[in-house]
Amino acid sequence: MLKITNLHATVADKPILNGVSLHVPAGEVHAIMGPNGSGKSTLAYVLAGRPGYAVSEGSASFDGRDLLALEPHERAAAGLFLGFQYPVEIPGVSYLQFLRESLNSQRRSRGEAELSGAEFIKLAREQAKLLGMDAEMLKRPVNVGFSGGEKKRAEMVQMGIMNPKFAVLDETDSGLDIDALKAVGAGINRIMRGPGKGVLLITHYQRLLDYVEPDKVHVLNGGRIVRSGGPELAKELEREGYVEAAA
Amino acid sequence: MTAPFPTRKQEDWRYADLEALQPVWEQFAEPLTLIVGPGETFEEVWLPTADDVQVRRIQLALGAGAKARIFALNTAPVYGRVELDISLAEGADFELYGANIGTGLSTNEIVTTVKHVGVGGRSRQVIRSVLNGKATGSYLGKVEVARGAQQTDAEQSIKAMLLDRGATANAKPELEIFADDVKCAHGATVGELDAMQLFYAESRGLDPAGARALLLEGFIMGLWDSASDCGAIAEAARAALQRVV
Repeated sequence: MLKITNLHATVADKPILNGVSLHVPAGEVHAIMGPNGSGKSTLAYVLAGRPGYAVSEGSASFDGRDLLALEPHERAAAGLFLGFQYPVEIPGVSYLQFLRESLNSQRRSRGEAELSGAEFIKLAREQAKLLGMDAEMLKRPVNVGFSGGEKKRAEMVQMGIMNPKFAVLDETDSGLDIDALKAVGAGINRIMRGPGKGVLLITHYQRLLDYVEPDKVHVLNGGRIVRSGGPELAKELEREGYVEAAA
Repeated sequence: MTAPFPTRKQEDWRYADLEALQPVWEQFAEPLTLIVGPGETFEEVWLPTADDVQVRRIQLALGAGAKARIFALNTAPVYGRVELDISLAEGADFELYGANIGTGLSTNEIVTTVKHVGVGGRSRQVIRSVLNGKATGSYLGKVEVARGAQQTDAEQSIKAMLLDRGATANAKPELEIFADDVKCAHGATVGELDAMQLFYAESRGLDPAGARALLLEGFIMGLWDSASDCGAIAEAARAALQRVV
């Protein structure tokens, strides 16, 4: 489903990714763990196509398509979703308008019918409720005045509305209290667990993995995958730290 | 007798497109005078027309406790000018929400003089400009607080968004205060669309033009929130934005 081969990337001419290779087959959830500055967020941004994140070598394919040749909005329409570590505030634009226009733009480019206002609001309310978010918040400007936890929940509501094939979730668990963590974990399982779907879960900590059990765990360090294993690897990392476990 | 044709040496005409103005000057040489009586309320929405040159020159006198609120969309294809000369008697309240949306080689400007004559007047001017190509958008706003016009509360908020390198925004808030117990706030920013906001919107599936349009809509549309009927001006602004994106 997502196949990354020997990916090198630079940010402001500084090499950050130094040959990442990774294969997430359909139906699997892979976790990427690693210390600060190991390149986790850079990997997420490169996959989503953030300007300024330059690929100098290697490739990434998504469902057989060359992911890196697509513009960010084309990646979204192809079914890729990035859950932001720091969701962005957009004053003056309501969440409802933002998401409806985004979703309909995706649907147009896939040749699907657009959702009417009523259909969209129904979908948005449904997803907000499932994530335990007050649907009234969707009338507010995008992320403006939201707490850290509310922003992360809202990211998951967005994911529920977009219903992507593949999600790259960049530290979606940071800044969450236990209840929010459970809700987010349940959301990931509900929206993204299934045949034909896949998740790359980027996290510092084991705790989210108690709710979303990964099929594989990879350790990223110095811009490369230095170790891969099953779910037990995350527990080992939590116990021993990155230095020991990656040695 | 027609008033003399302005020159660029006059501060309030320095960014004007005088060549475009010349052929139609006779129509606009004399400002229109309006009076809002004590305690009365005045609200107008000024929509753009299809003319190449669109000029409004208004003198508005607000009586004691009068309230006036003007919503103006300035988006002429060649030259647009909204000129307001306002005087506020005691306790009068004036609000202007204006947008310059310009494309191509157009010049659109909002030029105001707000005179606080009486005690306790309040004025609020919020101006937003979105400009592409080689368009110019200007706001020249003078606030005068007369001797004795204590407890005046005057605010000017000016923000401009430049979409192309060739576009120009001028913002010139000016204060002339002869009273010592007043509040006069002003702020001006000129910027470009935020790269992270654009990427966020694109990562959700909006194409670059759609993402820009949405962010600009957010930038402009808040202006019309307090209008009793904002439908027409919101629609006209949306159409104008589609031309500049």
